[in-house]
Amino acid sequence: MHKITRKRVLAPKITRFSVEAPEVARARKPGQFVVIRADETSERVPLTIVDSDLEKGTIDLIIQDAGFSTHVLSGYEEGDELTDVLGPLGKPTHMDNFGTVVCVGGGVGTAVLYPIVKGLKEAGNTVITINGARNKELLILEEELGAVSDELIITTDDGSYGIKGFGSTVLQGLIDEGKKIDFVVAIGPTMMMKAVAEVTRPYEIPTIASLNAIMIDGTGMCGGCRVTVGDEVKFACVDGPEFDAHLVDFDEQIAKHHYYDTEQACQMEKIIADAEQERS
Amino acid sequence: MAEEKRSRPPRKKKERIPRQEMPVRSPEERNRDFNEVTLGFSEELALTEAKRCLQCPTHPCVDGCPVSVDIPGFIHLVTEGDFIGAAQKIKETNLLPAVCGRVCPQEEQCEQVCVVGKIDQPVAIGRLERFVADYEREHGKVSLPEIAPKSGKKVAVIGSGPASITVSYELLQAGHQVTIYEALHELGGVLVYGIPEFRLPKSIVASEIDTIKKLGAEIKLNMLIGKTRTIDQLMEEDGFDAVFIGTGAGLPVFLNLPGENLNGISSANEFLTRVNLMKAYREEYVTPVKVGKKVAVIGAGNVAMDSARSAKRVGGDGTEVSIIYRRARDQMPAREEEIHHAEEEGIIFNLLTNPVRFIGDEKNNVTQVECIKMELGEPDDSGRRRPIPIEGSEHIIEADTVIVALGTRPRKFIAETTPDLKTSKWGTFLADEETGQTSKQGVFAGGDIVTGSATVIKAMGAGRVAAKAINEYLAG
Repeated sequence: MHKITRKRVLAPKITRFSVEAPEVARARKPGQFVVIRADETSERVPLTIVDSDLEKGTIDLIIQDAGFSTHVLSGYEEGDELTDVLGPLGKPTHMDNFGTVVCVGGGVGTAVLYPIVKGLKEAGNTVITINGARNKELLILEEELGAVSDELIITTDDGSYGIKGFGSTVLQGLIDEGKKIDFVVAIGPTMMMKAVAEVTRPYEIPTIASLNAIMIDGTGMCGGCRVTVGDEVKFACVDGPEFDAHLVDFDEQIAKHHYYDTEQACQMEKIIADAEQERS
Repeated sequence: MAEEKRSRPPRKKKERIPRQEMPVRSPEERNRDFNEVTLGFSEELALTEAKRCLQCPTHPCVDGCPVSVDIPGFIHLVTEGDFIGAAQKIKETNLLPAVCGRVCPQEEQCEQVCVVGKIDQPVAIGRLERFVADYEREHGKVSLPEIAPKSGKKVAVIGSGPASITVSYELLQAGHQVTIYEALHELGGVLVYGIPEFRLPKSIVASEIDTIKKLGAEIKLNMLIGKTRTIDQLMEEDGFDAVFIGTGAGLPVFLNLPGENLNGISSANEFLTRVNLMKAYREEYVTPVKVGKKVAVIGAGNVAMDSARSAKRVGGDGTEVSIIYRRARDQMPAREEEIHHAEEEGIIFNLLTNPVRFIGDEKNNVTQVECIKMELGEPDDSGRRRPIPIEGSEHIIEADTVIVALGTRPRKFIAETTPDLKTSKWGTFLADEETGQTSKQGVFAGGDIVTGSATVIKAMGAGRVAAKAINEYLAG
């Protein structure tokens, strides 16, 4: 059992948990994830490791309430326990001194981005981070990212904070200004990562994206996380989660995310029905 | 003369008892749930069947068994009505008789060489094995074997499938301390994620594996060796004297055909894991499994049959399930019993048919499989006649769910993080057949990780071999 030692609500429907998992805390590197199962009847859910505390033996996970399982998880409190935490999974981010790196994070993808920004900074890069969200309220990790970036640019879709617009547009602006960019990391909604890949493609700036694929075991057994990369088929869980953004078939990923929409909707209806029953 | 011969009294002949059939639920009934298909012998059937054993001194059946169960010995105890004793006799060399009695291909092993089988149908060894194991468990008489005094040696066992369970059982009896590292959240490996409930109830697997815990094995779930810890860390930092790797072949093989990444196309591993391990067929479990109206399963091994029959049960009456296989019925690798059950349950067999590509709709969901007809040519390396495409025979099979069941390969977590472990070009570990010794001192391996995908009992046989070698290694 893995106790939740700390819970912080970062934004509406976005929660950060510190969870006891000493073995994972010891082995994990930036870019890796865990698969958790809250209890016996729960799904296995992949979540990126945002940070870890070796002394306390904990890892930090950020959960966005976006479906049945993440909704249930968001209701967990300090002292509650997760039945299973498996990890660290996936390949760690390749850390190198590339020169100037732009890290583009969107929504809860920023949680995945944070350890990578931190690692790239430690590797000697000049790191410009673009932290985007739909609106001011949903923006997370502003302070943390600011502390590990040379420059932090905030964007919101509605202009309620920072620059109005998308991360990809801001990145295009940096390129247009003549900024020499050696490497780009994009993590967020699939549409956003696709947009970033299109921005950097004409300039041949090496760009990686971290995919948020559907998976069960997370250990290369199910193949549910298949992704077309160039003319190869890869498993996001063992070959990724990061891939060359110029080679990933993002449209295929977007379609995969909608495959279980009906089942998700049914489960959400059940939550609503249960909540109403409780109220009455 | 002729008349005289006729008037001679008939030669005294021992009455021949026919091989006893095991009760089976009707296809119409069993197709609607995940309860077990076959029901096992009654005491009476078991006693009758056991009498068929000749107790021959050569007992080829024992040599036909990868774990050398004393088959005449346990059957003799059955004839005496000592069912508990019979179960204990099997457990001298096989911890999982209720599992093996259900899933072993006895027709290729012990029963194939049975002396009775030379003139009649062989003794139903598997059914008897299952009967005594079930009897022992149901009567709460499961006893633990004796354990040697503590050796003070520590062994790490990686994986918890049939090979690892067997190694652990043997090493615990020898007095060693055993720690099992399992990547999933349950023990059992393929027995829990792969083989469906209706063929192998999970409560039975759990009950047989429970012996390992009772014997004092330390269990570490959710530990992926090669990621959470490495083999070198286990040996150098965690103080293990030896390591057994029984991680199996978990990586599903795909066809690499156009359209294979469409929604609705999954590996048999994914489909069966959703159903078996994650229990998607039960209402209270959250993991979804999607089965459409037309399911195509590609492949014709046991895993293909398991997938097809599970899909039929999940999909219900409106679901049509077919097998697509490029060779003919005689070449299908599945057990005859499984093929027979699948046929009874209404699974359609599209034989001599090979997929060419998958076609989807605007949402990227699969809708059709384009196939080509095949004919059999000259035998290939495997001795089976090679299937050759018939030009111009392309045709469409409608399918909104496709399950690819073409086998599995080893995964690379351990190989990638343990450079001094030598592997073959298929990713299997190179290990001595007689000992399971790998290229790294103190590290042994057995089961599918060495042979590529095979059977439960072969993995258990490899486990026994390795356990003996590990005992010798630790003593030396």
